[in-house]
Amino acid sequence: MSIVSPVPPPEVPGAGVAIRVGPAGPIPGPLRFLGRALRTLWSNRKASIGLVILGFVILVAVFAPLIAPHSPTATTFVPYQNPSTTNWFGTTGNGQDVFSQMVYGARISLLVGIAAGAIATLVAVTIGLIAGYRPGVIDELLSFMTNLVLVIPGLPLMFILAAYLQKRSVWTIVFVVAFTSWATGARVIRSQASTLRTREFVTSAVFSGEGLFRVVFREILPNMTSLVAGSFFSAATAAVMAEASLEFLGLGDPNTVSWGTILYYAQQQNSLLTGQWVLVFAPGLAIALLAVSFTLINFGVDALSNPRLREK
Amino acid sequence: MRYVARKVVLFLITLWAAITLNFILPRLMPGSPVDAALAKLASSGQPITNAQRRAVEIQLGVPNTSLITQYWDYWTSIVHLNFGTSYSFPSETVAQTIGKAAPWTLALVGVTTIFAFVIGTLLGVYAGWRRGKAADTSVTLGATFFAAFPPFWLGLLLLYVFAFTYGWFPIKGGYNPGETPNLSVSFLTSAVYHSVIPALTLAITSLSGWVFGMRNNMINTLGEDYVTFAEANGLRTRTVALLYAARNALLPNVTAFGLSLGAVVGGSVLVEGVFSYPGLGNLLYIAVVNHDFPLMQALFLVITVAMLVAIFIVDVLYVRLDPRVRQ
Repeated sequence: MSIVSPVPPPEVPGAGVAIRVGPAGPIPGPLRFLGRALRTLWSNRKASIGLVILGFVILVAVFAPLIAPHSPTATTFVPYQNPSTTNWFGTTGNGQDVFSQMVYGARISLLVGIAAGAIATLVAVTIGLIAGYRPGVIDELLSFMTNLVLVIPGLPLMFILAAYLQKRSVWTIVFVVAFTSWATGARVIRSQASTLRTREFVTSAVFSGEGLFRVVFREILPNMTSLVAGSFFSAATAAVMAEASLEFLGLGDPNTVSWGTILYYAQQQNSLLTGQWVLVFAPGLAIALLAVSFTLINFGVDALSNPRLREK
Repeated sequence: MRYVARKVVLFLITLWAAITLNFILPRLMPGSPVDAALAKLASSGQPITNAQRRAVEIQLGVPNTSLITQYWDYWTSIVHLNFGTSYSFPSETVAQTIGKAAPWTLALVGVTTIFAFVIGTLLGVYAGWRRGKAADTSVTLGATFFAAFPPFWLGLLLLYVFAFTYGWFPIKGGYNPGETPNLSVSFLTSAVYHSVIPALTLAITSLSGWVFGMRNNMINTLGEDYVTFAEANGLRTRTVALLYAARNALLPNVTAFGLSLGAVVGGSVLVEGVFSYPGLGNLLYIAVVNHDFPLMQALFLVITVAMLVAIFIVDVLYVRLDPRVRQ
């Protein structure tokens, strides 16, 4: 993955942004938390551009049936047509409407990005927290595992994994991507957890008799919300790109309509050589825009955790 | 010395773990990769001899023997560089196929990485120094955008514009079709000429890691007291930026060298595939598309080991750059 999230050094004093959920009001806590996080991100210029792009893609995905003029799978058109008033982006070699495929494709890319990002973050948080909070053999073992996954080239590993799996669906891609992209997040979270472990508020929580589970999840975890969000967005970026690569190679489910499979069929049908460059240009640009939006939002998240990166 | 010794031990353990992972993965998968591989072999029209079946089984899992025996066989075949026969290139051994492709990828990825490192780091220094200014914003936004391009997609677009539409560069391959690889001037010229667009594609998409890493290191270094002190002493801006801040900000970026190599190698798989460049990436592309399991497994092994060695070398060299880690 060429996306490298600018990882803030965890030693920066006051790196964590403590989130305290106040007394329960008429709006449930998690929703209010989400609203506040969005407002903070919105105040960062780069992140706000990212939020706008992401919001646009989400709207397209949700209202796909209303936006798309035709069915994405119907093979009712003349194949290999250039863009026209009925088929805005032209038609595929199978006589499908490319514009409708683009609109529906947003669903798959979003799904893979968000699902793989979420699973990878879950793994990263679990392994990072345990390793950071339990120094000694457990930490050494988990850190070794993390470093191993980190140095093994991710994309080739993904290709091999996907090639071995015989039955494929979108979820195969989600799990393959999640399996290979948790390590960066785990390492960052581990080092933050190990510095927080020795802070007074954790020590006092342990002395006041709080259990291991409560200390880790109620005392330590809330202090690295921004790191967790950061690793989610980097994993989601990686997932969107990896999905496109896997599907372009034909390692996805060829029956789903996604930006990656549009590229796959475009390459199979030599669209560039027949002058149908829109078939290659449009899905790639959409993938790039979605990946950009995740990265831009991550800038905002980084600025939350590292005051030196904040815009004045 | 203790640092180096520790690195050597860690390197050996990681190497063992990676090679073992390559052994475990196909055996963990649902279904039988052996049957799939043999079916694929049969469909390519080759008769399946017992020797071939045995070779496939050693690599992907023998149904009736213990895992320990299989593991021993696996190591024996690796030590002898015996990776079996690929289905895509049946006339030569997998080791020969890989040996022929490796120099191409080494040259392409090596040159690209050095280019991206130099240009990306310089841009990062500039952006970090002019932080918050328009220059910083445009460099950061530009790098973000380029990083989001799927490398193979950018490759396709550049191919379309520069090779197909304008015909300035060749459409595919690594050298002129008529020539055989040797060290003559005409061959090397054609090789360089063929590598321009693939290298450009890889360089553009891997630039951003260096830019961001360097920019953030710069920003952190600029907050240090010695930078403030240098400024207070009235040193020239350029001296402070390059000799005081950038030199120290560069250190953490060097360790990223090994990891970014992995990204470039990964990206090169599809980019080489798009350009039919005769390197390892293109081989992996062919192997994956044809379900060529022996070639695939051997390639993954070679790529992983090469990466580990590269990271190890960077780690050891780092001691010379930063005396602090020696303790």
